[in-house]
Amino acid sequence: MSNFNVPEEYYYTKDHEWAAVDENVVTVGITEYAQDNLGEVVYVELPEEGQKVTQGEPFGVVESVKAVSDLIAPVSGTVIEVNTAMVDNPGGLNDDPMNDGWLIRIEMDTEKELANLLRAPDYKKLIKN
Amino acid sequence: MNSNLKFTPIKDEHVRLGAKMVDFAGWYMPVEYKGLRHEHQVVREKVGLFDVSHMGEIRVSGPNALATLEWLTTNEVARLKAGQAQYTLFPNEKGGVVDDLIIYCIQPGREYLLCVNASNTDKDYAWCVKNNRGAEIKNESSQWGQIAIQGPKAMELTRRVLQIEPPHFEFREAKFKSEPVLVARTGYTGEDGVEVFVPTGAAVQLWRELLDVGADLGVEPIGLGARDTLRTEMKYPLYGHELSDETNPYAAGLGWVIKPEKKDFIGRAAMLEGKEKGLKRKLIGFKMRERGIPRQGYRLMSVDGAEAGIVTSGTLSPTLNENIGIGYLDSSLAAVGTAINVDIRGRLVRAEVVSTPFVKKKS
Repeated sequence: MSNFNVPEEYYYTKDHEWAAVDENVVTVGITEYAQDNLGEVVYVELPEEGQKVTQGEPFGVVESVKAVSDLIAPVSGTVIEVNTAMVDNPGGLNDDPMNDGWLIRIEMDTEKELANLLRAPDYKKLIKN
Repeated sequence: MNSNLKFTPIKDEHVRLGAKMVDFAGWYMPVEYKGLRHEHQVVREKVGLFDVSHMGEIRVSGPNALATLEWLTTNEVARLKAGQAQYTLFPNEKGGVVDDLIIYCIQPGREYLLCVNASNTDKDYAWCVKNNRGAEIKNESSQWGQIAIQGPKAMELTRRVLQIEPPHFEFREAKFKSEPVLVARTGYTGEDGVEVFVPTGAAVQLWRELLDVGADLGVEPIGLGARDTLRTEMKYPLYGHELSDETNPYAAGLGWVIKPEKKDFIGRAAMLEGKEKGLKRKLIGFKMRERGIPRQGYRLMSVDGAEAGIVTSGTLSPTLNENIGIGYLDSSLAAVGTAINVDIRGRLVRAEVVSTPFVKKKS
């Protein structure tokens, strides 16, 4: 099993998205584990700026050659920024999913929802199994 | 993970080679090693090894072997000479497809080896036994490993390791380290090559030797992911996608393996009836003309917005770098060049019916 980078300061979903929180703005991407499992990403579909997203609901899609996976919103809120570079160059998600491969920034409705997310130790446990 | 997973004799090699392993039809199988697109290219340009030991092997023998197989399958088994292989179908009473398979004729009239889909092996064996017309029928799946060697350099590697080169769609019995193997000039990639049936106990040794001896040819192990993209580029049907218990095989373009004028078989009357219906929908290939990858189950639509069919397989074609799909489409729209739409998660995306195979067959 490879060793995946799971930064301590991030939140995680059980669907393998990461969420970096800066005050009320949450940057969202897929984890290294997700990237590794998908294989080469060849298609990314993201919402428009201004669109509402809901915690636990799909906000977009990533496809590898083999399969389609929904992207799940870690928190509810409004999309304020979209990394369109990943739509134009989906392979960027494989190169650097934790940094340059971020997908959207959400202005979150309520911090309370963060309590529903996993922290790094629990996420590490999840991907070990 | 499913604790009843079955392992091929080569499983530990895949793990050691760093393959990503998945549950495929109850088997713990390598889906990719270095990467799907890379592996796809290795098979198109050099030579790849596939562990297909999960495939099922059923032996049909005895004085009633031929009569039983004629009844069980749609193609003309009586035509087979020793050493010949034949692509065929197990039909059901309703004119649908129990499975597609290859029959290897070991001794005409008396002994045949059937290679069936892994996901269907138990169903097929039970079906054969239930509809047996006096043959001896044995499920030998657990006794056989199977390695496919495919690609432009496949025959060079086969000659080096097995000292044999069967004619296309024929097989020969050979020896590997004193073990009896069956080498068949068949495959599922559109490239030249063979599929080698090897006793379970010798499978790892053969796998290692092929990788070793073929190193200078650029041989690499290939996962199931690339196996699927390779066969999709050739529009080869895959059971569970293009074929099912409900499929009319004429609509699937498989009329060439159905011989109702030559013999009786299970569901013959229903299948002939289906021959007419087969004209209503046809299995076609299409390419996307806008961004989006078609996937199994997505709807095909006419450009006026009428539902007109369904996608059975779709992928990014690594060879063409275009998004391609296979699906059943109303015959009125099936002409090459017809514009259609694919309903991709609620979005209508433009596509066009194209001639197939998507990639020209080289073998």
